[in-house]
Amino acid sequence: MSGSAEEVRKHIATYKKVAGALGVFTIVTVLASYLNVPIPLGITIALVIALTKGSLVASFFMHLSEERSKAIIWTLGLTVVFWFVLMLLPLFTMSDHIGVHKTLPNANAATEHAEEAH
Amino acid sequence: MEIPYTVEARPDTGLNNVKLGIWLFLASEVMLFGGLFSSYVLLRVGAVEWPQGAEFLNIPIGTVNTIILIASSVTMVMAYASLKLGDFAKYKTYMLATVLLPVLFLCIKGYEYWEKVSHDHLPSHSTFLAIYWTMTALHGIHIIGGIVVNGYFWGPGSKMWHIKREMFENRVEAAGLYWHFVDLVWIFLFPVLYLL
Repeated sequence: MSGSAEEVRKHIATYKKVAGALGVFTIVTVLASYLNVPIPLGITIALVIALTKGSLVASFFMHLSEERSKAIIWTLGLTVVFWFVLMLLPLFTMSDHIGVHKTLPNANAATEHAEEAH
Repeated sequence: MEIPYTVEARPDTGLNNVKLGIWLFLASEVMLFGGLFSSYVLLRVGAVEWPQGAEFLNIPIGTVNTIILIASSVTMVMAYASLKLGDFAKYKTYMLATVLLPVLFLCIKGYEYWEKVSHDHLPSHSTFLAIYWTMTALHGIHIIGGIVVNGYFWGPGSKMWHIKREMFENRVEAAGLYWHFVDLVWIFLFPVLYLL
């Protein structure tokens, strides 16, 4: 963060909005886990929300949205590339098993509890 | 001997050493946690059955802890903004909150761990619990590190504000970047372990 007191105050207003958005997205993540949707879609929804929250933290709290340093951009760019390699390697080796389960585990929780009660 | 480039930017990188150093450290941290997330993916897609998080974990407690960590990230950035505005008293208040909120997080996490131990839900019980303990404990160690560093900048370390103001701001910025990263890791850990 740089600049005048006026700019810092603008940043503070942004921080408050981001804080609100992060709170809302947290609740949405929890509610989305109870949706009766196929597992791959459920995982996608949860990860998209987590990515959105992560982007908000990185962009505004860590000030990456206004970062112009090539050293930092290259460092993070390389990190992202290697991170994707790390994440994709196991997926490639096990891709024939993905999506075996039909729905999110939490989606059946209420039904299972009702069945147990009977 | 004066350590060079703690405030002014190096001519080759265009950054002071504090900022470049913390970003390089965070890059290594991304790979550390990335390796564990990768292991999680490998173990999960290879498993015949995978338990639902709610079978072992308490979702409301996890949600509360998520909100606590987000709140501490907000107070951290507000502490830094207060320094930039020259308001040292507000900085101290926000920084104190940044130190106390993760202490609350750890107390709640400790309760969760105690519950697991009392039900014999130890890492040896299942692959899910093994990865839950490994990832949350490693994250917990990072939380403890953050509390120590932020506590120092709230307490004895804050004297630097009166002597070398810009250097102190840079240090708090670096501590803040680390703290937001710790929050960022939890933002992914929570849905992955508790909800999916």
